[in-house]
Amino acid sequence: MNHTASDRKDWPLFEIFIRPKNGLSHKHVGSLHAADAKMALGNARDVYTRRGEGVSIWAVPAAAIAASDPADKASLFEPADDKVYRHPTFYEIPADVKNI
Amino acid sequence: MYTQGLDSKADQGAQPSPRLVTDNDIRFQERIDAEEKIEPRDWMPDGYRRTLVRQIAQHAHSEIVGMLPEGNWITRAPSLRRKVALLAKVQDEGGHGLYLYSAAETLGVSRDELVEQLLAGKAKYSSIFNYPTLTWADIGAIGWLVDGAAIMNQVPLCRCSYGPYARAMIRVCREESFHQRQGYELMLALANGTAEQKRMAQDALNRWWWPSLMMFGPSDDQSAHSAQNMAWKIKRFSNDELRQRFVDATVPQAEFLGLTIPDPDLRLNAETGHYEFGAIDWSEFNEILKGNGPCNRERLEARRKAWDEGAWVREAATAHAAKRAQRHLKNVG
Amino acid sequence: MTIDTQQALFGFALRLGDTSLVLGHRLSEWCGHAPELEEDIALTNIALDLVGHARLWLSLAGEAEGQGRDEDRLAYRRDVFDYRNHLLVEQPNRDFGHTIVRQFLHDAWAVELYERLATSPDAGVAGIAAKALKEVRYHVQHSAEWVIRLGDGTAVSHAKTQEALDRLWPYTGEMFEADAASSALAAAGIAPALADLRATWAARVADTVAEATLTRPADGWMHKGGLRGEHSEHLGYLLAEMQFLPRAYPDAVW
Repeated sequence: MNHTASDRKDWPLFEIFIRPKNGLSHKHVGSLHAADAKMALGNARDVYTRRGEGVSIWAVPAAAIAASDPADKASLFEPADDKVYRHPTFYEIPADVKNI
Repeated sequence: MYTQGLDSKADQGAQPSPRLVTDNDIRFQERIDAEEKIEPRDWMPDGYRRTLVRQIAQHAHSEIVGMLPEGNWITRAPSLRRKVALLAKVQDEGGHGLYLYSAAETLGVSRDELVEQLLAGKAKYSSIFNYPTLTWADIGAIGWLVDGAAIMNQVPLCRCSYGPYARAMIRVCREESFHQRQGYELMLALANGTAEQKRMAQDALNRWWWPSLMMFGPSDDQSAHSAQNMAWKIKRFSNDELRQRFVDATVPQAEFLGLTIPDPDLRLNAETGHYEFGAIDWSEFNEILKGNGPCNRERLEARRKAWDEGAWVREAATAHAAKRAQRHLKNVG
Repeated sequence: MTIDTQQALFGFALRLGDTSLVLGHRLSEWCGHAPELEEDIALTNIALDLVGHARLWLSLAGEAEGQGRDEDRLAYRRDVFDYRNHLLVEQPNRDFGHTIVRQFLHDAWAVELYERLATSPDAGVAGIAAKALKEVRYHVQHSAEWVIRLGDGTAVSHAKTQEALDRLWPYTGEMFEADAASSALAAAGIAPALADLRATWAARVADTVAEATLTRPADGWMHKGGLRGEHSEHLGYLLAEMQFLPRAYPDAVW
């Protein structure tokens, strides 16, 4: 048998997210290959939770993720930098006023 | 180290071709100098991407090929406790290979392309795994020396400038922490055991010592890419620095075991506080990189066999997934 | 022959310990050689679980026997005629299809058994079973999914998997066969009668085999012998490999 890339089709790539414990969000931990979603969940369990790292797994086909372009970083994220009125410290309240 | 092949001057593939320095290059270097991490979709010089793909792939291949020499002894481990420890360790190496292939995939290559290169004999992996595991003590020596050497290299890689590689290495280092202890504990049992066991332990040290030192790659004056890789913060310490650190850490451990390091020139320099050691036989190292080590052929044959014999399984899973998806569509439609 | 409860526990724990150990050994032979990296890791996880079960059962067997034999003494210093594993699990890996079918036929049995043992009035037995049950539930899910994928995959995979099923089927009868130990424990209410597991096992197997578009072989003549130490030739080689070091260096501690 030869080893040309053309005679096979890869199992698709899945991105794996794990919830470390209830109360916390799922966090991206890495990726793996699987033929289908069910296998991806099983593989994620075996690959990424061997030391009890999680209580819940999401497997997302990598192709299904829409990602922002780093080139747009300035236009996407910098405008938020000067919107100081979104932060509580923008508002001045006399020190005598409690519980606010 | 696991990527020592990159450092060889004979290996010109990753040599960046001379070209003009652009504004992008300057901005990129500024980000690196500011210890900013580079993420997959960020702009990066071709040389940086190429070097990383090759380095991460070599690292991944080393983990996968590295499963073989130790895997040899899983079915012969002398107690059930040792058996589960070894099985879990070799499995971890498979996992580490997987994390690293994943990191390489963020740079736009597929894992299968990388595997193809390995199987075709076009990719390199660490020279150390082309040595045979002849006795049970070799499992101890690998854990103690080979994993010990690997840790020296991998801890700084956790701070590598490329985000996905650094993150993979953090996970690898966290999991590896038991590997070296597993090996040393095994050696300790042999060193404190019967005369035959002690002989086994010394024999393994004799055979694995020099190859372990070679794992750090050629000495700095012979290393082709160090300067650029240091500037890019892909690499943080030179080969010789890491090798010295390893020798300094390991010699007292060997003394504690009551074993003799097979180097008549080894001595502690009281002034520097460092051990001085004898000359490394680089001709052996170069022959192994060329494919002439004791097990180069066996290792690649084993990987090819697994891959070829697994083809029908991978195809079946793909075919079944397609059938399922189609049935699902029919049911929905 | 009637035996007391401790003797029965010894025999039963040995049967489960040996069966887990030999199957774990077979799976561990895949480590580094599986069809895909993810599956390599998955098979090793199952091997680790099984060797873990073996350690628990063999330790329990040693205690029940009361002769001072620990898990390693039992695993490494008995010859084939003292091994009590099912013939099914010592069958060689051959290919991934045989490995998976062997695993599924065993896993489907182990789930039924451990579900019942988990409520055993014997605390030692129930404790091991409760721990193992969580793991074998995952094992059977994994192996059943693969049987379905391979059976309902390509023409090649279908043929290979059917061949494996036909070849291994005659080894399934032994899993339900009573011996003196299992009968005594069933009579004492400590373990189920193994014959009682058959109906639910058969139903699960039939469902999976059907979904895999495979044909369930007829229940004809069945291999026997593992329970009285008459094994296939394969076990001798397996033990020779496994036991080499403790046999070659009998005084050594590892």
